[in-house]
Amino acid sequence: MFSFQQIAQQTHAWLQQHTGSFTVLVECAIVAVFAITLFAVLGLVLVLLERKVAAHIQIRVGPNRVGPAGLLQTVADTLKLLMKEGLVPNLADKFLFNLAPFIVMMVAMLLLAPVAFARGIQIWDINIGVLYISAISSISVIGILMAGWSSNNKYAMLGAMRSGAQIVSYELSAGFSVLCIVVLSGSLRISDIIAAQENGWWIFKGHIPVLISFVIFIIAVTAETNRAPFDLAEAESELTAGFHTEYSGMRFALFFLAEYINIFIVCAIGATLFFGGWMPLHIAHWEGFNHVMDYIPSSVWFMGKTFALILLIMWFRWTFPRLRVDQLLTLEWKYLLPIGLFNLLLVAIIAIMGWHF
Amino acid sequence: MFLKEYISDVYQGVRSLLKGMKKTGYYFVHPSEIITQQYPDNREQLHLPERFRGEVVMTHDENNEHACTGCTACELACPNGTIKIITKFDVSPEGKKKKAIDTFIYHLELCTMCNLCIEACPTDAIKMAQTFEHSVFNRNLLTKKLNLPNSKIREGVE
Repeated sequence: MFSFQQIAQQTHAWLQQHTGSFTVLVECAIVAVFAITLFAVLGLVLVLLERKVAAHIQIRVGPNRVGPAGLLQTVADTLKLLMKEGLVPNLADKFLFNLAPFIVMMVAMLLLAPVAFARGIQIWDINIGVLYISAISSISVIGILMAGWSSNNKYAMLGAMRSGAQIVSYELSAGFSVLCIVVLSGSLRISDIIAAQENGWWIFKGHIPVLISFVIFIIAVTAETNRAPFDLAEAESELTAGFHTEYSGMRFALFFLAEYINIFIVCAIGATLFFGGWMPLHIAHWEGFNHVMDYIPSSVWFMGKTFALILLIMWFRWTFPRLRVDQLLTLEWKYLLPIGLFNLLLVAIIAIMGWHF
Repeated sequence: MFLKEYISDVYQGVRSLLKGMKKTGYYFVHPSEIITQQYPDNREQLHLPERFRGEVVMTHDENNEHACTGCTACELACPNGTIKIITKFDVSPEGKKKKAIDTFIYHLELCTMCNLCIEACPTDAIKMAQTFEHSVFNRNLLTKKLNLPNSKIREGVE
């Protein structure tokens, strides 16, 4: 059966034979190339997907002129952005202005490390994987604040401040909903969390509390990635483009790309925690059914779940109106956080009493 | 009491959000609902809504007769002076003078397609046509004369 794990092991063995002590360096280079390729492809695919989904939800056709059915639209957009001039405003803090998009991009790249793409395909199986993810993802707010501050622009500054308030508060509920899964699995390691879902995904095994924590998680990560209905940091109709108002050309493209990569990563993490990552749909004691499901490659399972969640988040974006700042904070501090805390208590009881399947 | 309100708040909020998602989800999985028309490509099969308003035209029948009495109700109704009616006096065989239109001038470049002239017309002489490809190279071409040459008022229209 086709599997990425075999390819990876064979490559590893071959490299050890031929490069000896430099194996780790060569593998780092290969991983970097793969990561960058993945980013570029994801950027192209997700932007096109978003535009097509938006069009269909709004009863439109969407891009349909470049290439067959508009499939090359994003390629053309990328070419355009590459050729555009990257302006730096006169009174901007030039160093921070140039640094900000790379910080945002770097965060997205770092977040890729503990994500398990398929059985045995994981860049770094760190023992505090979930903690690492929640720690790194909060750095992106520094990039956004940096961009807003250094642009020397009122809109950008306002957008960045809003984004700061938003990410700091929504990280709490995201953390609590992730904690629910950590309590149930008893481990912070991503591979352990996936292994714990061998006999069924947590969303099915954990009864209603896990379902609630999944809903909270999806809401919180939508806010953390600054997407509508929580796109106060950009808010086209109020702040032109928010923190990236002054950015153009490739620097703007980096922000744009980072947004979509972040969506992919949070959806991948959501799929890993609640839907078992690359684990096929297993139901305890149904051996025949489990064997049939195992025939579908684990990478297909992972990508399928991730893209289903991405579609869900896109569906949110094109359905709900944008929240006001006070509504945003009310939702977090008066609704999501208390419900999340109470929910964590329920999950802890379930885990202690062993009521989950 | 507070808890009851709180829970009902959450319930109502979730319900209304799901209602919206149901609608957009329905549109997402039903591409047949798409209302966009690929205009230059489907020029022949173009489907315009019944009430689409393109320009004001005067209807003439096969005898080159129209129903305009020259009452200037449309000219008065027009909010931005799009219509200008020049009247003349026809002399009937019995020697009676009768008011009639000489020229019905219509400035397409000023028209906002508000439909007020059509509503004001007592004899339904003018109507809105569905043509919309109006661009020309000379602005003067947009000033149109709506009554056809040598046309006259239909018998019995007062």
